[in-house]
Amino acid sequence: MSTKLIDLQHITKTYGDNTVLDDMNLYIRENEFLTLLGPSGCGKTTTLRIIGGFEKPDQGVVLFNGRDITNLPPNKRQLNTVFQKYALFPHMTIAENIAFGLKIKGKTKAYIEDKIKYALRLVNLDGFGSRMPDSLSGGQQQRIAIARAIVNEPKLLLLDEPLGALDLKLRQDMQYELIRLKNELGITFIYVTHDQEEALTMSDTIVVMNQGYIQQIGTPEKIYNEPENAFVADFIGDSNIIPSTMVRDELVEILGARFACVDKGFGTNKPVDVVIRPEDVDLVAPGDGTLTGEVTHLIFKGVHYEMEVTANGFEWLVHSTDMFPVGAQVGIRVDPFDIQIMNKPASEDEEAVTIDE
Amino acid sequence: MNKAAVKKPESIKISYFNQKLLTAPYLVWSAAFIVIPLCMIFYYGLTDKSGAFTLENVISIASAEHAKALWLSLLLSFVSTLICLLLAYPLAMILAQKNVSRQSFIVLIFILPMWMNFLLRTLAWQTLLEKTGVINSVLSFLHLPTLNIINTPGAIILGMVYNFLPFMVLPLYNSLTKIDPNVVNAAYDLGANAVQTFLRVILPLSVPGVISGITMVFVPALTTFVISNLLGGSKILLIGNVIEQEFTQASNWHLGSGLSIVLMVFILINMLLTAIFDKNGEGNAL
Repeated sequence: MSTKLIDLQHITKTYGDNTVLDDMNLYIRENEFLTLLGPSGCGKTTTLRIIGGFEKPDQGVVLFNGRDITNLPPNKRQLNTVFQKYALFPHMTIAENIAFGLKIKGKTKAYIEDKIKYALRLVNLDGFGSRMPDSLSGGQQQRIAIARAIVNEPKLLLLDEPLGALDLKLRQDMQYELIRLKNELGITFIYVTHDQEEALTMSDTIVVMNQGYIQQIGTPEKIYNEPENAFVADFIGDSNIIPSTMVRDELVEILGARFACVDKGFGTNKPVDVVIRPEDVDLVAPGDGTLTGEVTHLIFKGVHYEMEVTANGFEWLVHSTDMFPVGAQVGIRVDPFDIQIMNKPASEDEEAVTIDE
Repeated sequence: MNKAAVKKPESIKISYFNQKLLTAPYLVWSAAFIVIPLCMIFYYGLTDKSGAFTLENVISIASAEHAKALWLSLLLSFVSTLICLLLAYPLAMILAQKNVSRQSFIVLIFILPMWMNFLLRTLAWQTLLEKTGVINSVLSFLHLPTLNIINTPGAIILGMVYNFLPFMVLPLYNSLTKIDPNVVNAAYDLGANAVQTFLRVILPLSVPGVISGITMVFVPALTTFVISNLLGGSKILLIGNVIEQEFTQASNWHLGSGLSIVLMVFILINMLLTAIFDKNGEGNAL
């Protein structure tokens, strides 16, 4: 299959007393769109800067196509970076910005002219060549930053929260633009973001990080549907995380009621955490469900209603297109394959964080 | 109801009046110490002793003695400014880097001498450089050849560089810290080595600071007479010394003012160049 383009082995990085990355191992295959996702301070940007050559790891090696590049300066690496705040050269025109890397490499004038035209067309900014960066909007500057990077035909493009400074609508447009570029160019992308929706939309593989440790690596579906610990479940979308007991294979006791599930191999009568996504909670007539509860909050969200249902002392977050008024008695039912069983957190970084509260 | 309606405009009037009143000291100050002296310089510079209009005072800059002094002033100021720039740029680059503890230490070393009086520092150099001064005493004690630098243009340049270096460092430091570190990283990322990054990105982006620093060193260096008096002896006359002597010794205010007008023109040319290069006024914000 496809080869490892980047291979990070036992990377450790500390700033003073603060360990940002601790014995990190990660590889990125060719042609992959890999996203490093996590809250600020989780080490995702440091990882990117180590791959880009702007930071040196205290320990560990970085392999590029099998070659050790740990001590190679950024200008000798076959990759390019799109920086967080675009970082265009403010004293150069758009065309000069795009030509920068090509001029350094000593390409011919005709080749450079061709490439500028091609790159501007690729990012839908034909005819902007003679303008100065500060006369462009944030989204346009971002696209120029991408154009400036890709004209060098890198094997790997690093993107450091490139859409962070843009407004919602523009961010969504740019997400599709990036996916299109990636498919057209066949370049490997490593993308850093703290926005879980962005990660789910664009990535082939998501690496969820917290406090310097990788929490889970997987496809967007896998990360969303089968989070391995409370941190991942909580960080990726809304979820109900309920302390429960695994009675035996395929049977779990949640808040005193027994639910059928599909997980095996956790042992018998073992304390676990259960993750149930709000949209996977089915509200039915009282008595028809496994549990009975009362609706305590109701908010209309457009696509669905968001409700809070108190049942057996736990506040269930429920997303449903059916509306139940506050005070209504409802039954709660969950399909077996919608119940995700996780081991209890083994360390602090695996615990759920409450960012919103 | 009436009371409220009447009171409001009154209070606005008072605050407006107060605002005008508050600016009065500054207006008086600038009139007394800037506008009137300037007018007097122009009056004296463009008249002769009988009070009749003449351009003779201004034209006398072309006389051999005055032209030589002006030329020497321009030359020494230029050389000093250049040396300041070459010394200050690497220093400002070190300062602009992130390491905070080391940075404040270097700043302290640079700012510390500035707290002492400029005259005292220049006098100290005189003591150090004299034929029988501190440096030569040490050198002769060690049986090394002694320096013969006092009362030469070299000593004046040394004094200018020593006194004006901080005025070059600060605007440079200011403009270098304003460069987004990721813009520099982007240059490396696109394949530029350290030299290429410096020449194509850092240097062009620091031009406002360079221009501002040049002005802040060149103008005082061009007009100084204290440094040349103390370190150049009475043999080396700069244009500042000539003007000073016209006022203090020859008591010829007319000639002194006329030469001052010429000097002002040179300063204005320098300012004009600054304004052209430093459109954003970035380097000036100290």
